Amino acid sequence: MKKELIQLRVNGREHELAIEPNALLLDVLRTQLQFTGSKRGCDDSSCGACTVLIDGVAMMSCTVLSANCEGQEITTIEGVTEHGSLAAIQKAYGDWGGAQCGYCTPGFIMTVRSLLAENPDPSENDIRNALSSNLCRCTGYNQMYEAIRSVIDAERKALVAAK
Amino acid sequence: MNNNFSIIGKPTAMIDAAEKTTGAGKYTDDLSLPGMLIGKILHSPYPHARIKSIETRRAEQLAGVVAVVIGKDAPTPFGILPVGHDEHALAFDKVRYVGDNVACVVATSESIAEKALELIHVDYEVLPAYFDPEESMKAQSDFIHANKLQNIEKDYHHVFGDPERGFAEADEIAEARFIANEVTHAAMEPHSTLASFEIDPRTGKSGRLTVWSSTQVPYYLQHKLSLVLEMPMQQIRVIKPLVGGGFGGKSEVIPLEIIAAIAARKAKAPVKITYTREEVFWAHRGRPRTIIDLKTGVKRDGRITAVKARVIQDGGAYCSYGVVTILYSGALLGALYDIPNIQYDGYRVLTNKPACGAMRGHGTVNVRFAFESQLDELATKISMDPAEIRRHNLLKPPCITVNSLRVQSYGLPECIEEVVKRSGWNDRKGELPKGRGLGIACSHYVSGAANSIIRSDMPHSTVNIKIDRDGGVVVYTGASEIGQGSDTMTAQIAAEALGCSLERVHVIAADTDLTPIDIGSYSSRVTFMAGNATLRAANEVKMLIAAAAAKKMGCAPEELIFHDDAVRRSGAHVGADAFVRPAEQSSAPTVSGRVEGQILRGSLQQKRKDEGPKDKMTFEEAVVAAIDFHGALTGTGSYAPPAEARGGKHKGAGVGPSPAYSYSAQVAEVSVDEETGEVTVHRVWAAHDCGRALNPVSVEGQIIGSVWMGMGQALTEEMVWKDGMLMNPGLLEYRSPSSIESPTVEPIIVESIDPEGPFGAKECSEGSLAATIPAIANAIYDAVGVRLHESPFTPERVLAALRAKNKNKALNLTEGIDPTAPARFREHGGALWHKGKGPERHPLDPSRIATQPGGAD
Repeated sequence: MKKELIQLRVNGREHELAIEPNALLLDVLRTQLQFTGSKRGCDDSSCGACTVLIDGVAMMSCTVLSANCEGQEITTIEGVTEHGSLAAIQKAYGDWGGAQCGYCTPGFIMTVRSLLAENPDPSENDIRNALSSNLCRCTGYNQMYEAIRSVIDAERKALVAAK
Repeated sequence: MNNNFSIIGKPTAMIDAAEKTTGAGKYTDDLSLPGMLIGKILHSPYPHARIKSIETRRAEQLAGVVAVVIGKDAPTPFGILPVGHDEHALAFDKVRYVGDNVACVVATSESIAEKALELIHVDYEVLPAYFDPEESMKAQSDFIHANKLQNIEKDYHHVFGDPERGFAEADEIAEARFIANEVTHAAMEPHSTLASFEIDPRTGKSGRLTVWSSTQVPYYLQHKLSLVLEMPMQQIRVIKPLVGGGFGGKSEVIPLEIIAAIAARKAKAPVKITYTREEVFWAHRGRPRTIIDLKTGVKRDGRITAVKARVIQDGGAYCSYGVVTILYSGALLGALYDIPNIQYDGYRVLTNKPACGAMRGHGTVNVRFAFESQLDELATKISMDPAEIRRHNLLKPPCITVNSLRVQSYGLPECIEEVVKRSGWNDRKGELPKGRGLGIACSHYVSGAANSIIRSDMPHSTVNIKIDRDGGVVVYTGASEIGQGSDTMTAQIAAEALGCSLERVHVIAADTDLTPIDIGSYSSRVTFMAGNATLRAANEVKMLIAAAAAKKMGCAPEELIFHDDAVRRSGAHVGADAFVRPAEQSSAPTVSGRVEGQILRGSLQQKRKDEGPKDKMTFEEAVVAAIDFHGALTGTGSYAPPAEARGGKHKGAGVGPSPAYSYSAQVAEVSVDEETGEVTVHRVWAAHDCGRALNPVSVEGQIIGSVWMGMGQALTEEMVWKDGMLMNPGLLEYRSPSSIESPTVEPIIVESIDPEGPFGAKECSEGSLAATIPAIANAIYDAVGVRLHESPFTPERVLAALRAKNKNKALNLTEGIDPTAPARFREHGGALWHKGKGPERHPLDPSRIATQPGGAD
């Protein structure tokens, strides 16, 4: 297929790319921009390892054509660290054992970011439901909840202290 | 016993956590090389066929295709076991399962390679296929492997003690058939391999090969590559990048790993091949579906008198780990409890399905499901509490079991008491509302096999440590981090032994050029064996530092204590023990007055400022002093299991022995919906004796992950077969549980402090899985009074069991099969053969004898 030129905004920077019209966002991110943090774990958009934020909404980048993403703000796992430091959720994941092999971790963190942006004080059920779009084979999800809860609690404490 | 550790025993974030949470860490498919080509594999559409010819010319001519490789390009067979070299990288003369690897195209893009696959023409002669193991064992012709008569890969027959007399002495006997259906690892990262040849400047021709692969066993990969490519091992470098899970699915050499190298050689360019999720399912090497005919006898006082097990494993099309799997089923059957009389007959059978291999818990899991369920049944028969019956059969270590397994540390009694206490077992069992129940079960596993796969006198692990002028401690270990935390364990042990900070330790792992051999991350051997090797290496380099520091401090090396990034003189002569005992009081670290980067000048300054013997030096000062004496400091440590742990001499005795075993006791609380058959697990209390928890966060994570995987096998996971075709090669169809289906698991760490483990540690990653399945089965019985003998306990099976119990109309969904008394493996949808479609089945296949009734799904 003949390639066309598109403009993608990823992690706050503009990129001009030559892509085939059927190129999936996941493949363009991984092979053309070398943002290999988003992963491929399945053939049928069932595992969530490719989750990125598009205009703040968690979406599976294996279901999205890169050509459709012009003009949108794409955030990958590589865009989550804040000024060279781990974001709270990233540090908490490490401290609480939320990541074992780490393959599903970028996808989960993007989903968690999207959840907490929408709902800063989610219930147990809210968290479980939100995470159900990402599959993990190592952790059984338990320590992930503890990591997420610790971030929520820290936020809550900071807000109370600020008042 | 001293428990005053600085680093081990403290919850520690994995040292590679930031790589994983930022996405910066590289897994094999994240790697690329200039000029790299992508490989795609053509798979067999038939379960059993002879290859008459392969025509690749049209594929080779497609623009963008650089090379096509077929079986003839790699005629040397290989396999993970020395007795099982029965597979080829690409099918050589026959294909033996739907999904078998036939040819590989490498091209400049994935889409071109895929197109080219369609241009390859293979002429097959279809052969009769075997799908059911009990039927396959009766085969008289068209054997899957010509030298395996009746398609039996291997069978074993063991008798320990006097089982006949044992059964005669029993007051109650239970006898039943159990069926465990097939499950697979489904690690989140698909298999991936990148292979690249260098050019040798002396010959001008193709030289060394470097392979990056998602593997648990880089050294076995190096060995098999050498065999098949006919290259010396020292010309092959295997590097393990981050691995996204293995669970045994990457504990042997998977064909794509060799195919990538063959293709790179032919294409004269780097080649990367990554399996799709469907291909991962076909690659499989998971847990075989198993038929267990089990008979157990007990006395009224609860003592088990005899056990008889006949096990048939459906091994699929190749040997893989099969011989080991069928032996584990027998070997660890008894050694959990004190059972004096055991008869074991095990059959590993070949069928035309993807090969089964090693999966978390290996051959011990399905037999444990049968045994713990049957023990529960016998407890009911003698009106004894299920926790109590287990208390009556505990081993009294140190001891040797009837099948020659040495048991030293044995935390099972404490594990049982912990879960009984925390689940409120005594108060709540029998008191829960209708449809809700509690079940208990136990399991165990090896902390590494005492006898290695390739028999030799070589240590199973060797670790090197280098400490240089910069004060950094570099540990070179062959141990493969696959997400279980082995890199962190390595750093923790080195830092604890040297009394230095964790930040100072850098781990370089699993690169066959840099790191000494470790035989691999399987059988949960790494903490025990590579950990011990690390400890020995650290102690060796510590002695060099102590000798130099002692000279500086004017004392004996035995008086020195390594702690808190410093070396201190203890008050009195304390003996060799000081090497592993940290300081009595912790004090604030003294500022050395020297910036790290100035160490080079510092030692000269130190010499000039020498004011005579001191009481304390910083770690760096001590290191510099030692380097002045010795040059760069290096230490090496090795571990080989002791002879006393290697087991008996009977046929097959090599599998089962271990230097130490972990133990698990679990209580599961479930609800069963009697209208829909759905089972909900509310909570699992899981106590695991890991010897000592070097990193409690990791240990708890492994226990939870193990229990979760066991729950998956118990409730939802099942590979569904029809005419040798896998019907559900996708994560959702395979029903890997999401967060909504996953219960809270309460991990309880029990520490029996093993006498031979590093700091007393044993394994914590596999031993828990097996107990979860019978714990849930027993809880279902407690809830609704049905004993399921077939896993997974899906809603349709539970419902069928309830209807059978209540004598209601049998459920067509399970084709009238009562899962409390399963007879054979069910083929979903029935065989197509008798309708004139589908692969031809061998003459004895039931579908050729009678038309299948029902079968509508």
